[in-house]
Amino acid sequence: MDVWFSDKEILMAHGAGGKASRKLMDGLIAPILSNYGSAPTLEDSFAIPDSQMYITTDSFVVSPSVFPGGTLGELAVNGTLNDLSVAGARPLLLTLAMIIEAGTSVDELQLQLEKIASTAEAAGAKVVAGDTKVVEHGAGDGIYVTTTGLGVRHPRAALSSGRVRPGDSVLLSGSLGDHGVTILMARGDLEFSSDWLSSDTANLWPLVEALLTEFGDKVRWMRDPTRGGLASTLNELALDTRTEIVIDEARVPLSDPVRGACEILGLDPFHIANEGKVVVVVDPRIADAALDLLREHHLGKEAALIGEIRETDLPVVVCRTQFGAHRTLDMLTGDPLPRIC
Amino acid sequence: MRFIDEYRNPELILKLSRQIKQEVADRSYRLMEICGGHTHSIYRFGIHELLPQNIELIHGPGCPVCVLPLGKVDEALELVQSNDVIFTAFGDVMRVPGSKQSPFEVKAKGADIRMVYSPTDALKIALEHPDKDVVFFAIGFETTAPSTALTIKQAHDLGVSNFSVFCNHVTVGPPLRSILESEFFDLDGFVGPGHVSTVIGLDPYRFVAEEFSRPIVVSGFEPTDILESILWLVRLINAGAASVENQYVRAVKSEGNLAALAAMDEVFEERPSFEWRGLGYIDSSALRIKDTYIRYDAEVRYKVKQICSPDPEGAICGEVLVGKKKPEDCPLLGVTCSPEYPVGALMVSSEGACSAYYTYVHRRSTRSGSGVS
Repeated sequence: MDVWFSDKEILMAHGAGGKASRKLMDGLIAPILSNYGSAPTLEDSFAIPDSQMYITTDSFVVSPSVFPGGTLGELAVNGTLNDLSVAGARPLLLTLAMIIEAGTSVDELQLQLEKIASTAEAAGAKVVAGDTKVVEHGAGDGIYVTTTGLGVRHPRAALSSGRVRPGDSVLLSGSLGDHGVTILMARGDLEFSSDWLSSDTANLWPLVEALLTEFGDKVRWMRDPTRGGLASTLNELALDTRTEIVIDEARVPLSDPVRGACEILGLDPFHIANEGKVVVVVDPRIADAALDLLREHHLGKEAALIGEIRETDLPVVVCRTQFGAHRTLDMLTGDPLPRIC
Repeated sequence: MRFIDEYRNPELILKLSRQIKQEVADRSYRLMEICGGHTHSIYRFGIHELLPQNIELIHGPGCPVCVLPLGKVDEALELVQSNDVIFTAFGDVMRVPGSKQSPFEVKAKGADIRMVYSPTDALKIALEHPDKDVVFFAIGFETTAPSTALTIKQAHDLGVSNFSVFCNHVTVGPPLRSILESEFFDLDGFVGPGHVSTVIGLDPYRFVAEEFSRPIVVSGFEPTDILESILWLVRLINAGAASVENQYVRAVKSEGNLAALAAMDEVFEERPSFEWRGLGYIDSSALRIKDTYIRYDAEVRYKVKQICSPDPEGAICGEVLVGKKKPEDCPLLGVTCSPEYPVGALMVSSEGACSAYYTYVHRRSTRSGSGVS
């Protein structure tokens, strides 16, 4: 494979989960690894051949490390658990690697370790190996955490973008943007804040397991819309499946604090990160039943049927506004930046 | 959510859309929305789909990031690279490409460039870092100019010596006149800018009606606001009437915001001439810092030399800005020019006509057999 990534330096946008991130993956990381015999997957996790096991890895650099609704430690465990979950795999084992900046307080480290351990325990997963490095003060930002997860396939799971068909229904488990907007506020450089906002970080496996147990292969595909938001996740799906995805804006759940913050800052909630939501594509015949099941679960109380997959000759995500007009819902470009006026 | 949902009420929106369709005469209506905020709303809500075929919306020059010439970005980056300063700018300025690189790229190489949400945040940084010089990259129309003026006054009152402003504020009247006087001019009316009018009021638009016999309706940003303004324009055009109307009464007073105007007047004066991306040099179209506050003028403090950087070849930004052409007429759109790698001015900010068009419409319209239902 040819390396075609032409940017000269790595910018923040390359890590924001949108177009630039995809380009870095497709144009540099994947080709180089493939050239030497590796087979990197663009999925969030990899099914180990001749086994029922899945493997995934993820790094976490969130700042601040404690925010309303969560901590770096919870995020670092839930994020990896969720990458396994959306592949249909029950999380079993985790490894934990930490890069700690000299000068970090032991209280802070202890707090994050407690969160890592307790979140893993609550999810029925065990941290079994790890590594710790310390870098000079100024060469990092507090604690960086990388977790690798190993999971086993749910016996009824058959999740793959290849199984997505025109006519399928798109479900979302709850409101958009809570995590991203919470972090933006918690950084403290905005002149306003909200007591009603908190991160949605959560382990999605119980919700996913319930869906798979009940509906098996009628559940086609799922993904947790983290960096880059729902818009980027759906655009990836549209590209991979060569379909059009039509979303009904009025049906997409949004909390008032997130809507308000996005209106004021000129951000699009479709581009904001989530850490405890899952978007699920299902056979349209079970859409209503799947929605009922999601809503019975505490992680899916606000679940909604938000759209459908359509046949197309141009893969695209289209948002239908409340009054029947349309706009293209593109992937995030660069970092989500507030507009000035 | 209060104060938003009322203005996005689907029934009201569809009713306005029907009214417009009923009232249009058998003629074309070429209307320009001056403000980038309106352009963004029109595409975000798909308002253009709710209009009859004979109403054409042309996107004007009111996107502050888009009209900033390449040379000004180059000057700013030159300033930050040759002086040991903390350079501060609004978020959407960070991605604006100069002729060689953008603030983001220069920041990635280690320059201390920080995103701020208001000029007072920049002053706060100066107060927190008395050992460093802090520069604020001021851009925008009369919407943002008052807050820059007040911040300069505040710095003066506090006796802050490590703070200055690279002032690139512009005014909305002169480019509007330049469009009306353009040889390509072919417009029937204007949707007037909302935010900027909260500051300047309605008087600065009188010449549009009086000298050029075109109606202008100052409009809010929600779908019902924009549709109502278009309905009013249709009625005015049908009646052959040219006047200045205010649809955005909940925010705009006809005399404007006198305190904001006074602050601007105290701190700023007109520049003889200023370069606009796509429009060239326009007389008396920008503001600079008065001698009284010259110690806060970064241009003077850092002896900023003017850099003239021509616009990229092949781009038709200027013709799109004056309404002669539309974003989809540009050969670069989606080929070499996209929001990720903006070549021309109008692709830079999400309020730019090309960026809004590309983001919300372009990819769908390139399919064979358009039309999405």
